[in-house]
Amino acid sequence: MPSQPLELILARQFGDSLSMPCFLVDPDGNLLFYNEAAESIFGLRFGETGGMRVEEWATVFTPSDANGNALVPEDLPLVKTISTGNPAFGTFFINSLTGERIQITVSSFPIMGRSNRLLGSMAMFWKTKEI
Amino acid sequence: MKIKVWGCRGSLPTPGPENTIYGGNTSCIQVTHGETCIILDGGSGILRLGKYLNPNVKEIHVLFSHLHLDHTMGLGFFTPLYNPSIKVHFYGPSTSNEPLVNRLRRYFSPPLFPVRLSELPRHPIIHELNNCQFSIGEVQVNSEYVCHPGATLGYRLTAGNSVFAYISDHELQMGSSNFPNEPEWTNGYEIAKSADLLFHDAAYTSKEYMTKIGWGHSSVRDAIAFGKMCKVKRLALFHHEPTRSDEQLEQMLKKSTQNLKLDFEVELCAEGMVYELE
Repeated sequence: MPSQPLELILARQFGDSLSMPCFLVDPDGNLLFYNEAAESIFGLRFGETGGMRVEEWATVFTPSDANGNALVPEDLPLVKTISTGNPAFGTFFINSLTGERIQITVSSFPIMGRSNRLLGSMAMFWKTKEI
Repeated sequence: MKIKVWGCRGSLPTPGPENTIYGGNTSCIQVTHGETCIILDGGSGILRLGKYLNPNVKEIHVLFSHLHLDHTMGLGFFTPLYNPSIKVHFYGPSTSNEPLVNRLRRYFSPPLFPVRLSELPRHPIIHELNNCQFSIGEVQVNSEYVCHPGATLGYRLTAGNSVFAYISDHELQMGSSNFPNEPEWTNGYEIAKSADLLFHDAAYTSKEYMTKIGWGHSSVRDAIAFGKMCKVKRLALFHHEPTRSDEQLEQMLKKSTQNLKLDFEVELCAEGMVYELE
């Protein structure tokens, strides 16, 4: 497998050292990494799951709005960032793999490398409420 | 592909009787293949390179890993720049905002240097690089950003079946996750993998590195681990600390390789050394 660009390696290093949950995806939206703080929310360990395709991670947590209506992947901030190259923000609910329904707030931003290359996106999120 | 070392010292030229084996000139490597002449970095070693350059050479390609002073300080004394019959190309890392030519002009301007770039008899041709692949004659060049403060490139030069990799300034620990176990997450892997010869930053001992994290350089131990991970055939340790004497360099290598079972050659890069890759 080809090695990742420096900017994504440094982004992973940065995310790995944070106590706030974060996601790192490539330009196609494939999940490259999530940190230990994210593991505790999702109930998954990165060491066990490894990366995931966008169709997988965008649905596995069954994102929904406050009324319980399912959100399509295109409504998720990180997917918006991937498709538009712009920062995005949103609050919604997910079901963790341990069965919890959790409200999270997500801020996502593109990773523009040197020479203005779009290399991926990163999302930070916060657990805002537990139901 | 013939590779000649004209300078392998890091940071600052260090002439002196204690540095006669490994040399005191800063980064400058000459790669020749047929009629193609490539120079990696323009440190103080480039002065002698220019002096002894084959007079038949009419086109020179200078590839800068980055523009820190130890990689550019010899440029003003590189005589082919003052010969209008020689075409010189400069290649260097692209950044998001400032063009390479502007960054080079900082060196070619007072108070650092009296001659401006525009005053040279023939203006060098400027090429901005990022993660890319191109050819110079029959040599294929791959460049990739590596982990070092400021935009910095590693180069992989391929001629036929021979591969020479050059990563002069590189902090492996900072630019990798779970080093040295995951090539996919190790910066520089694509440049160095399966190379016949790798020149790699090995500025520090492991102990020194702990007090210099973030300075952009690697320890000898890390450079060896990287060479092993990349399955290189030969590793020449590069960017010797200016304070280190020949004797100290040899002690450092001996200490760093004791108890290691390696299936590739590890040596200290030395000024004047010539490598022939078939």
